[in-house]
Amino acid sequence: MKGNEAIAEAAIRAGADAYFGYPITPQSEILEYLMAEKPHERTGMVVLQAESEIAAINMVYGGAACGRKVITSSSSPGISLKQEGLSYIAGSELPCVVVNVVRGGPGLGTIQPAQSDYFQAVKGGGHGDYRLIVLAPQSVQEMADFVDLGFELAFRYRNPVMILTDGALGQMMEKVWLQEQKPRMTIFPDWATTGKTPDRERNVITSLDLDSAEQEKFNLKLQNKYRKLEAEEVRFEHTDTEDAEYLLVAYGTSARICQKSVRLARDKGIKAGLLRPVTLFPFPKKPLKELAAKVKGILAVEMSTGQMVEDVRLAVEGKVQVEHYGRMGGIIPTPEEIVDAIGKNFLK
Amino acid sequence: MAENTGIKDVVRDENLVYKKTSVLTDKVMHYCPGCGHGTAHRLIAEVIEEMEIQSGTIGVTPVGCAVLMYNYLDIDMQEAAHGRAPAVATAIKRLMPDKYVFTYQGDGDLAAIGTAETIHACNRGENIAIFFINNGIYGMTGGQMAPTTLLGMKSSTSPYGRDVHMMGNPLKMTELVAQLPGTWYVTRQAVHTPASVRKAKKAIRQAFENQKLKKGLSLVEIVSNCNSGWKMSPVDSNKWMAENMFPFYPPGDIKLEGKLVGKE
Ligand SMILES: Cc1ncc(C[n+]2csc(CCOP(=O)(O)OP(=O)(O)O)c2C)c(N)n1
Repeated sequence: MKGNEAIAEAAIRAGADAYFGYPITPQSEILEYLMAEKPHERTGMVVLQAESEIAAINMVYGGAACGRKVITSSSSPGISLKQEGLSYIAGSELPCVVVNVVRGGPGLGTIQPAQSDYFQAVKGGGHGDYRLIVLAPQSVQEMADFVDLGFELAFRYRNPVMILTDGALGQMMEKVWLQEQKPRMTIFPDWATTGKTPDRERNVITSLDLDSAEQEKFNLKLQNKYRKLEAEEVRFEHTDTEDAEYLLVAYGTSARICQKSVRLARDKGIKAGLLRPVTLFPFPKKPLKELAAKVKGILAVEMSTGQMVEDVRLAVEGKVQVEHYGRMGGIIPTPEEIVDAIGKNFLK
Repeated sequence: MAENTGIKDVVRDENLVYKKTSVLTDKVMHYCPGCGHGTAHRLIAEVIEEMEIQSGTIGVTPVGCAVLMYNYLDIDMQEAAHGRAPAVATAIKRLMPDKYVFTYQGDGDLAAIGTAETIHACNRGENIAIFFINNGIYGMTGGQMAPTTLLGMKSSTSPYGRDVHMMGNPLKMTELVAQLPGTWYVTRQAVHTPASVRKAKKAIRQAFENQKLKKGLSLVEIVSNCNSGWKMSPVDSNKWMAENMFPFYPPGDIKLEGKLVGKE
């Protein structure tokens, strides 16, 4: 099935309570699939086409605040509209899953795939000091798997999770193994607004605190959560790094292509390896730093003008030369181009 | 004969004809003395107590003077982003259809930044209640022009009075949403006199009761004063409201049981 459809089906099977969304290419299949599939009859899941991405993300807020598993999806321009809501969700410590099937920008840009929303995804995106947990799938299988994983992390940390993918993975068709149907939750977190019963204080979901000392305390609490995420939830994969002299760093679609580039490079006698961040926040700083001590050069490959490369540079702390190779505007680099880029940057 | 001058001797159960509803907390309200928000809060709290739906009610507060409403009502509440309360309430109601769900919104929240969310929640016929406090001004941010500011009315961003050519017309959002098939009950009330308070309370109760019918959205507009923003005494502001706001925003029912009043 298509990556977008895999996300939709995975949401039903993860026991999601609701999906709220607004059409935009290249991810409209998610809403279309859900509408056609009638999850209301299958699990009781609510699916609603909202009047805008702004409304959709605020519906996510309302549902998440009731302790429910809520998911939304969009693509870049729509994700920009969701940023205010995401900031409120992060500031109210609500769990949810947000899928960004990235297309090229800025502005209306193109409907073709890109990875140019990295900064927005991993640095917060909306106003205030907050982070999303960002998962970057590289296959249709992971598109499906990360929905359930996303909900698990979102509820464990009371934090919004973003699945940062792109139009190529959204439209790509691959075989996918889907998990069995999980039942929807029947017991909700104790902070949820499910109606104040006489045995407890009222629950209030808000991000407002006008007392500066309290607001600072809350910010520190959030930062502690992010440090905990960095300590415990970093996920990454590496291939051919044991003897690698040149390290490619790439996520999602780019990582998929880089796997091929590693093979091509090795055929040519260039000892290449690949580190693929699976979580973009928390970013795999430590493994990168360790590898930086062993390799002669690092090439960050992204379908952007160079966003993740900044985090790579921060992670390696100047220990090794870090360069960037990227294509933009909806162009996906070929494996050969990337091998050439290794040559141009490091093997003059 | 016993001394009978102490307040404790007078406040006895058998003498009580009225007391503060248990759904209001003891927190001192931050509203300016004379403001209609406090009265509107009390009426909602009283209705919740009388209907015995404290555990069955979820409220959504706006961004505006009423942002801290969750400090005053002893029920589960969510604080929405500016203008987004109807979207937030939509999700709550869809996920918990047996709960009573309401939003409480000012005119800037409901009729400017949140126009789309308001119209679409109304048009979808969400089974929620919207309480709309129309004071013709942005109270919280210091008295700027609102979508409902009357022509000629002064505010900090219309210091010479609202000029129709430059600033457009005041928006009758309540009449507008009454046209939509998704609204079941649309009414305009006020809380400036004992008689109007009684009527407004009935309307609020109706808006809660309607949720059992699942026939659509109920919207209760409450035309209110903003004595600070209008730079008047509370008494003068209520007088000004009746003389100037009511001709443009006439109190009364606009839609009953899904039918526009005065139309077949
Ligand atoms: C996105 C956003 N824009 C602007 C504001 C600033 N703001 C806070 S309250 C408000 C207007 C409130 O007026 P109204 O809705 O009429 O309610 P009132 O305070 O009069 O009760 C504005 C513009 C904000 N908090 N968020």
